[in-house]
Amino acid sequence: MGDRAVLLEFATLEQTLAGYRGLEAAARPGVVDLIPAARTVLVVVDPRILSPRDAGVWARAAVPVPADAVEDREVVVPVRYDGEDLDAASTAAGLSPEGLVARHTATRWTSAFIGFSPGFAYLVAEGPGLGAEIPRRATSRPRVPAGSVGLAGSFTGVYPRESPGGWQLIGTTDAVLWDAAAQPPALLAPGTRVRFEAIR
Amino acid sequence: MSALTVLEPGPLTLVQDRGRPGLARLGVGASGAFDRGAAALANRLVGNPAEAAVLEVLLGGVALRPWAPLWVAVTGARGPASVEPNTATLLGPGQTLRLGPAEHGIRFVVAVRGGVDVDAVLGSRSRDTLAGLGPPPLRAGEVLPIGPEPAGRIPVIDAVPVGAPGDGELSVDVRRGPRLDRFAADAWEALTGTAWTVDARSDRTGIRLSGPPVRPTDRTELPSEGMVPGAIQVSPDGAPTILGPDAPVTGGYPVIAVVADRDLDLLAQVRPGQSIRLRSSSR
Repeated sequence: MGDRAVLLEFATLEQTLAGYRGLEAAARPGVVDLIPAARTVLVVVDPRILSPRDAGVWARAAVPVPADAVEDREVVVPVRYDGEDLDAASTAAGLSPEGLVARHTATRWTSAFIGFSPGFAYLVAEGPGLGAEIPRRATSRPRVPAGSVGLAGSFTGVYPRESPGGWQLIGTTDAVLWDAAAQPPALLAPGTRVRFEAIR
Repeated sequence: MSALTVLEPGPLTLVQDRGRPGLARLGVGASGAFDRGAAALANRLVGNPAEAAVLEVLLGGVALRPWAPLWVAVTGARGPASVEPNTATLLGPGQTLRLGPAEHGIRFVVAVRGGVDVDAVLGSRSRDTLAGLGPPPLRAGEVLPIGPEPAGRIPVIDAVPVGAPGDGELSVDVRRGPRLDRFAADAWEALTGTAWTVDARSDRTGIRLSGPPVRPTDRTELPSEGMVPGAIQVSPDGAPTILGPDAPVTGGYPVIAVVADRDLDLLAQVRPGQSIRLRSSSR
């Protein structure tokens, strides 16, 4: 992809995350950025140190690291399940609101990639998750408060900052998802395991 | 402490340095000076290290008054200014740096000896206009701190052979993008054979082009994927956008082409309405 990047494609989200873990483990000089997404990892290079062609050779030699081979950091996110779309999302999933909360808290999630804004992690379920695809809202909200917990497709996520958004909102958390002064600044960097815990 | 007072901030004046590469996995873009060459030159002219922060002045209309004698250099766009372009000038007591409206190009770069010394965020003083990271745009009356005297001396340079940004038709080299196969077989010829017009809605997130649409023929959903500055995304209506330094880290529109790295700086200076050609290149 141009003079400074190579786009790697994978068949599934699981393989993408495994490939990303493998590339991270094989880190070498000249690799400036790794950008995981749903089916791709973009390798951004400093061409003075590593050409895109050589980066492709390096990437193909990296050994994927599957999810069960690592114990990534696990973060527990306490959630008040009071979201405005809890009823609508439950209906879409064919569950009662209590049933949806039970599945959301029983599932172990993994941060697959960051999209949309700094620190906005797309979390994927290990196992069946909610067992349904949750449609986005027909119209997106101009302002979703920071800490809103949402569902879209098979993903769940937490808005790190106030922003527009079309995800179905099921709850809120006081956890700080993004702090530019913290190290690391994102609570849910790709690869991080996440559990949600219901609080009142 | 050395400092300068912002008398007139202009429409959009930003602090920029070489940006914050390496954080894209957390959703943070590289940002940084749009015209990297102009920023590097300005720093070199006042003896700054390459990583010093400069001011990126959109369109001009700026007045800055140093508190003490200060070396400054203005590069990038050209227009009426109180100092000569592309050389270092010592502003004496009470002297003000003024930049009038840009006449060639649209982004002046102002370096001050010592660098603009605002607080860094995630290792950079760059303003990312999309993510809202880094120092906000300059405001009237604001005081900007200036860093300590650098080790480098003011280089003895008579003239720097850098012309004014061009006003006529601009050509930039492009390479085939990873999603060219989502377009019709003749899309590459259409893309590289058209005189595109720079849309007024262009900014640091992207340069929007108007012209005959180049619509993707494969309409299946493309999951979002990583992006780089210079990637040319095509929206469903067939309009190409060349991503700039503050573009989102990922995007869901297919990338038909990528601008050659050496030509990215030219995009910082294109004016709305200017004509631009995307030249097929394998060099």
